[in-house]
Amino acid sequence: MPVRIGVVVFPGSNCDRDTLHGLELAGGEPVALWHEQATLDGVAAVILPGGFAYGDYLRAGVIARFSPVMRAVEAFAADGGLVLGICNGFQVLAEAGLVPGALLRNRGLRFLGRDVRIAAERLDTPFTHGLAAGGAPLRMPIAHGEGCYYADDATLDALEAEGQVLFRYVDEEGGQAAEDDREHNPNGSLRAIAGVLNAAGNVAGLMPHPERASESILGSDEGLPIIRSLVESAARAAAGERPLALVAAS
Amino acid sequence: MSSHRFAVNVTPKPGILDPQGRAVEGSLDHLGIEGVHAVRVGRRVELSVDASDAASALAVVERLASELLANPLIEAYAIEAIEPVEAVA
Repeated sequence: MPVRIGVVVFPGSNCDRDTLHGLELAGGEPVALWHEQATLDGVAAVILPGGFAYGDYLRAGVIARFSPVMRAVEAFAADGGLVLGICNGFQVLAEAGLVPGALLRNRGLRFLGRDVRIAAERLDTPFTHGLAAGGAPLRMPIAHGEGCYYADDATLDALEAEGQVLFRYVDEEGGQAAEDDREHNPNGSLRAIAGVLNAAGNVAGLMPHPERASESILGSDEGLPIIRSLVESAARAAAGERPLALVAAS
Repeated sequence: MSSHRFAVNVTPKPGILDPQGRAVEGSLDHLGIEGVHAVRVGRRVELSVDASDAASALAVVERLASELLANPLIEAYAIEAIEPVEAVA
């Protein structure tokens, strides 16, 4: 039986269907979770999808952070549950303090919708274990106005030391993009960080869209291994290979 | 209960990149204005709070500012009491 993975639908989410579809391609059973529900229906992992939750008013992701479903997601994450935030979902996780740092306005001020290349820093995480070791950079799209990753220098040093940098923007050869390299690091993220992990390693966020690169008809299927990694990790968690408490209704 | 009105001014913290401020600076040449620098663009939120006294109203605004209106990682805020209004659209 395929493992059930939840995709939170906020008012203004616009990648929820792509993500549900990507989960199906990756062998999971996608479950839509409405933002007003206080429980997660027993899913084994949660994805916060891209979009403009609650219109992104005030700051991207901040209003969504206070929705009922996010209380359940916070409890789920605190219990070791797997949570992946994509684009706007990453912004929600950052606003909620579930992953370190913040996403600032793109340095060029413009909304950016185009392909980028990213490389995983680690292949031993629930989100990247299915990626090929020494593989080529992964090509997938970004679509955001606030994607410039920021944390202060001390935090960035700590993230690098603790292995919490999950993805970086890279050039065609896989070399880390400079902060002013608009070709390869279009939003100007500090240290070219495209995705991070929390300290416990069970919550991750990234700005690029693996679900929009999950089958060749979309132009790239190089994002699918990320989703597949999550599905496989969730299946293991559901089988009890990792403690995973169910979230009680609040 | 009485109504108290506040403004919360949210600005990017010192050292935080502010591309909007940069863009405003970039436009100054076109206006023929010189000597203006260090432009920082933030936002101002005005709101009324019903509370028993000014101190408890301020406490509510403090919480709102630190938890919602500003992201303390990247933004600073300052609260000021302002004139109450009869009705705000």
